[in-house]
Amino acid sequence: MSSIDTDVGRRTGQANPGPSWRERLTKALPIFVLVPSLAASFVYIFVFTSWTLYISLSNSSLLPSYGFVGLDNYASLWSNRRWNIAYSNLFFFSAFYIVGAMAIGLALAILIDQRVRGEAMWRTIFLYPLAVSFIVTGTVWSWLYNPVDGIQMLVRSLGWTNFNFALASDRNTAIYAIIITGIWQSSGFAMALFLAGLRSVDQDLIKAAQIDGASTFRTYRKVILPVIAPIFLAVAVIQIQFAIKTFDLVAALTRGGPGISTTFPAIYVYDLMFQRGQIGEGAAAAMMMLAALAVVLVPYSFYVVWRHRKESRHG
Amino acid sequence: MADVALDRAHDREATMAGRRHFASRVIIYALLTIFAVIYLVPLLILVFNSFREQPEIARNGLIAFPRSFQLTAWADAWSTYCIGGTCEGMRRNFMNSLWMAIPATIISTMLGAMNGYVLSKWRFRGSDVLFTLMLLGVFMPGQIALMPWAFILGKLGLTNSTYGLILVHVVQGISFTTLFCRNYYVSIPDDLIKAARIDGAGFWRIFRKIILPLSPPILIVTVIWQFTGIWNEYLFGVVFTSGREQPITAALVALTASGTNVRAYDVMSAAVLIGALPPLLVYFLGGKYFVRGLTQGAIK
Repeated sequence: MSSIDTDVGRRTGQANPGPSWRERLTKALPIFVLVPSLAASFVYIFVFTSWTLYISLSNSSLLPSYGFVGLDNYASLWSNRRWNIAYSNLFFFSAFYIVGAMAIGLALAILIDQRVRGEAMWRTIFLYPLAVSFIVTGTVWSWLYNPVDGIQMLVRSLGWTNFNFALASDRNTAIYAIIITGIWQSSGFAMALFLAGLRSVDQDLIKAAQIDGASTFRTYRKVILPVIAPIFLAVAVIQIQFAIKTFDLVAALTRGGPGISTTFPAIYVYDLMFQRGQIGEGAAAAMMMLAALAVVLVPYSFYVVWRHRKESRHG
Repeated sequence: MADVALDRAHDREATMAGRRHFASRVIIYALLTIFAVIYLVPLLILVFNSFREQPEIARNGLIAFPRSFQLTAWADAWSTYCIGGTCEGMRRNFMNSLWMAIPATIISTMLGAMNGYVLSKWRFRGSDVLFTLMLLGVFMPGQIALMPWAFILGKLGLTNSTYGLILVHVVQGISFTTLFCRNYYVSIPDDLIKAARIDGAGFWRIFRKIILPLSPPILIVTVIWQFTGIWNEYLFGVVFTSGREQPITAALVALTASGTNVRAYDVMSAAVLIGALPPLLVYFLGGKYFVRGLTQGAIK
């Protein structure tokens, strides 16, 4: 009883006006540490996006100006033939690129998963293109596609003298050159993700299928692949992102040509902003790229959150 | 007697299975080898052509075994080859990339580690929301930021300078590094932190004595990811710098585009390899961590 009394007395006696400045500082320290990064990210993400959005609604041409013109830039963008080529290229490229890279990536992952010798070596070989830039990849492949010095010359020198292979220099086929190179660059990435997925499948499940007498093919199709289905979606979403942002590869490989045949949205944004001085329309095109990303990523992130909740509820 | 017959039948079946097994092994290795060749040929072509003499390349094509040998292409590509009027090779652009990628990697990784530490171990009301908002930076297309950056770099007097690119890459990189570090630190038990706090350790002491010693795996992943990403970046480099100030990716495009005279494939191959070497080196030295960085974001 008395001890409590003294305790209370001491506290009130000290006339403490709440925590000292030192304690307050200590408490706020984590937030102080975070503030510079938060401020930078906030500016980068929100201010920059609103800024570009505003420019896209303005009559900016060579320099930014802030006369409001509503959706004029968007209207003129969508009525532009080159923009139409750019986004239909994007759809075409995405479809082949994603399916191709996933198919090859999955095949490689399954091959490596057969307890092969030198697994690390195979993985290293298939994945190294991802370490080098699209500029390097695009440059080398543009040489290979070059009819005078590349694959066409090789085959002709082997005796097939009327062999024609001018994929990148024909406006109808140049997009395939970009697709092939894109697949070459990133199927190793799909392989790495699929392999990680295959390794995470419960071994008992596989053993049970084998005891039931299922063939290797059947085991994969009926047991393993359904388990790693979410990885297919993850790989596809990441690759759609790559596709929408595709710039370097095209810049190094075809520079958007021949003519305008391999224009992509990112290439066109660059062109409008820095070659033609049409900043307003360029900003509108950049906003369309952001919209395309949002269309893919927003539903996907909702799905991921939903799946996590479901798993934690069941787990 | 019956036993022997049974054994023999069993043997035959075993050899059949063995043969089938052998055949499937052969197919597996054959397929892997074919793919490996497809993946390696472009790199081999670069290496071969950087040592071949240009007349021989012109005669036999790009895809051929070397029948000549020279080292001059590397020297030319490094220090004397001309890109648009200036004849200094890739040396300066290589150094630009180095002085851009190293500081930007270090700064963004340090910030990411501290942010990750706060967002996982010193959560406050709203910290999860802030984390989610910071993540949006991972998905932002660079094109959205081009005009604002051009304006800001102009105001700061950092256009056409490596410092400007460092700033751009640090700000863009924070989202990635914070994501990597935060997701890693979440798995460090909170009890460890609590015990340290009871012992009187403060914010920085816990960071130095507990978090950092546990961090090497994630810091290596982050450094590799940031370094290769920044080294290989092209868009910001080509937009915000020109000529001698360009990083190597932009200089390579300028070099290979200047195709007025006969294409000097020997020098260009050496130049492209010079541009590819640092990230390749990082990849071959830290491959395990490189893969971990890739799979981390995607699986979660």
